Amino acid sequence: MAQVGLNHFLVISSILFCFGIFGIITRKNAVMVLMGIELILNSANINFIAFARYGSFGFQGQLIALFVIVLAAAEAAVALAIVLNIYKTFSNVNVDEIDNLKE
Amino acid sequence: MTNSLYLVKPEIVVTIVLVCIITFNLIFKDKPQALPWLSVIGLMITSYFVVEQFSYNSFAFASTDYKGLLVTDPFGAFFKILIVLSSVIVILFSISNKELDSAADRLGEYYSLIFGMILGMFFMVSAADLILIYLSVELLSLSSYVLAGFTKNTLRNSEASLKYVIYGGVSSGIMLFGISIVYGLTGTTNLYEINSLIQAPQINQITLLFAGILIFTGIGFKISVAPFHFWTPDVYEGAPVTITAYLSVASKAAGFALLIRFIKVTFIKSINAEGYWQVINVIDWKSFFILISIITMTLGNFAALWQNNMKRLLAYSSIAHAGYIMLGLVVMSNEGILAIIIYFTVYAIMNLGAFFIVMLIANKIGSEELDDYKGLGYSTPVLGISLAIFLISLTGLPPTAGFIAKLYLFIALVDAKMIGVAIIALLNTVVSLYYYIRVLKNMYLDKPGKEIPKFSASIPNLVLLIALVAPIIFFGIYFSPVVNLAKSSLTLFGF
Repeated sequence: MAQVGLNHFLVISSILFCFGIFGIITRKNAVMVLMGIELILNSANINFIAFARYGSFGFQGQLIALFVIVLAAAEAAVALAIVLNIYKTFSNVNVDEIDNLKE
Repeated sequence: MTNSLYLVKPEIVVTIVLVCIITFNLIFKDKPQALPWLSVIGLMITSYFVVEQFSYNSFAFASTDYKGLLVTDPFGAFFKILIVLSSVIVILFSISNKELDSAADRLGEYYSLIFGMILGMFFMVSAADLILIYLSVELLSLSSYVLAGFTKNTLRNSEASLKYVIYGGVSSGIMLFGISIVYGLTGTTNLYEINSLIQAPQINQITLLFAGILIFTGIGFKISVAPFHFWTPDVYEGAPVTITAYLSVASKAAGFALLIRFIKVTFIKSINAEGYWQVINVIDWKSFFILISIITMTLGNFAALWQNNMKRLLAYSSIAHAGYIMLGLVVMSNEGILAIIIYFTVYAIMNLGAFFIVMLIANKIGSEELDDYKGLGYSTPVLGISLAIFLISLTGLPPTAGFIAKLYLFIALVDAKMIGVAIIALLNTVVSLYYYIRVLKNMYLDKPGKEIPKFSASIPNLVLLIALVAPIIFFGIYFSPVVNLAKSSLTLFGF
């Protein structure tokens, strides 16, 4: 059986990143768009941890991943509060129906 | 480690003031009118410590095996002063902003979130580590997302914050992915270490190019250059006008400071005899920035031509100004940075002034539409003339300070033998004249649909207005103080 190496992790993280971008572009529901953002952040996290583990750079990469997890949670909290507020005013959360501000 | 604490005094003061505001608001719930003054006093103390930083030039929190997370140098100190000044002005604007009346019971949050933004921006201008860059950008963003939708009861307000949070989340996520690739390539996140490591021949250039552009996405979002500007008009129009003014000046200044430091520290190999930077040949940043700045200013100026909302018009104008400011970076020399610093000093005053008048007029007539500005030049002469001065300065015509700012930019471009770029920028200025003058035409030449009673601003607001108009005229005639200040703040740590 093949050894799991750095490349496997990098492939996974690239796929996650592409899924995230794909979700952001195609999904209409604001909550789904936010999930796409989470996928991007997690793909970066996988990169950090894989590089720290296989590049023998010390623990810095894993520390960064912890920072990012905390920030992702904070960002999700703020973003969900804003989405909740949108739901109260527009009674839906479809990003392409919220278009009052256009010339 | 602890002996570096004196290098982050401004940040410590900002944090203390932030906590003070929250506590004050909890204890004295019925005295929200004291909050702006508490904030202004806090900022005064901060500015004292920031001025002190003009004499420092070192890493903070460095240890034997690691270069510091952040640096304190005159360049950062200048941008911190700019941020503090614009924060004071914006807080003074907020006192008389009628949009905030609907959220009068939550004003404590408003001022504490502004301090959250200030803290983020302070770290942004002095960050020397990719992780601190990401953290500070997020710190700034999280506060500004909430502030953009602060008066949440209006439709356009909630929409602005939703658009801001989605665009902001995506671009900072993409930036983080770029950071992770740079970390994988070099094994470090410190800009100074990256600089020496990426000069090694075994670095994969295409990967580094890709990562560099991904990181630029996050910074480009903050300074709203094309193609990352889509959020700008919507958020600027929807957010409360004080926050719009703040985003267009302070947040953009912090973004540019970050971009200059990132490019200069990370990608500069050496500085040649004429003072031009030699970029490491991974990414042709120069052509990239020429392209971006030309697209940005052309797009901003042409899109502004058919705007009918003042805030939206100023949003596109601020996109165009980001394009001009980027030209200073294109020069890739200290002369270009000097031009950027002069430009920002002037831009901050004139842009804040223009938004201030938009706010004062909106307070009275309840509208920001250009059609409602008809005949306003006669019913409110003071505001009309001041707006005219700010708009002429934004165009860059003499004898206002805007002319000096553009002059130094063009001199830097011509000295670097980039005449073609200078001509494109000049033509763009001509285009911008049309939409700025259109506002004045509406105010002075068009007949109003209905009679508007004469009005003026209150005495404190008039004093503030004069304090903003005076430097625009004064620096237009006697500009050596600005130039001297800029020359003294050119020093980046390590150069």
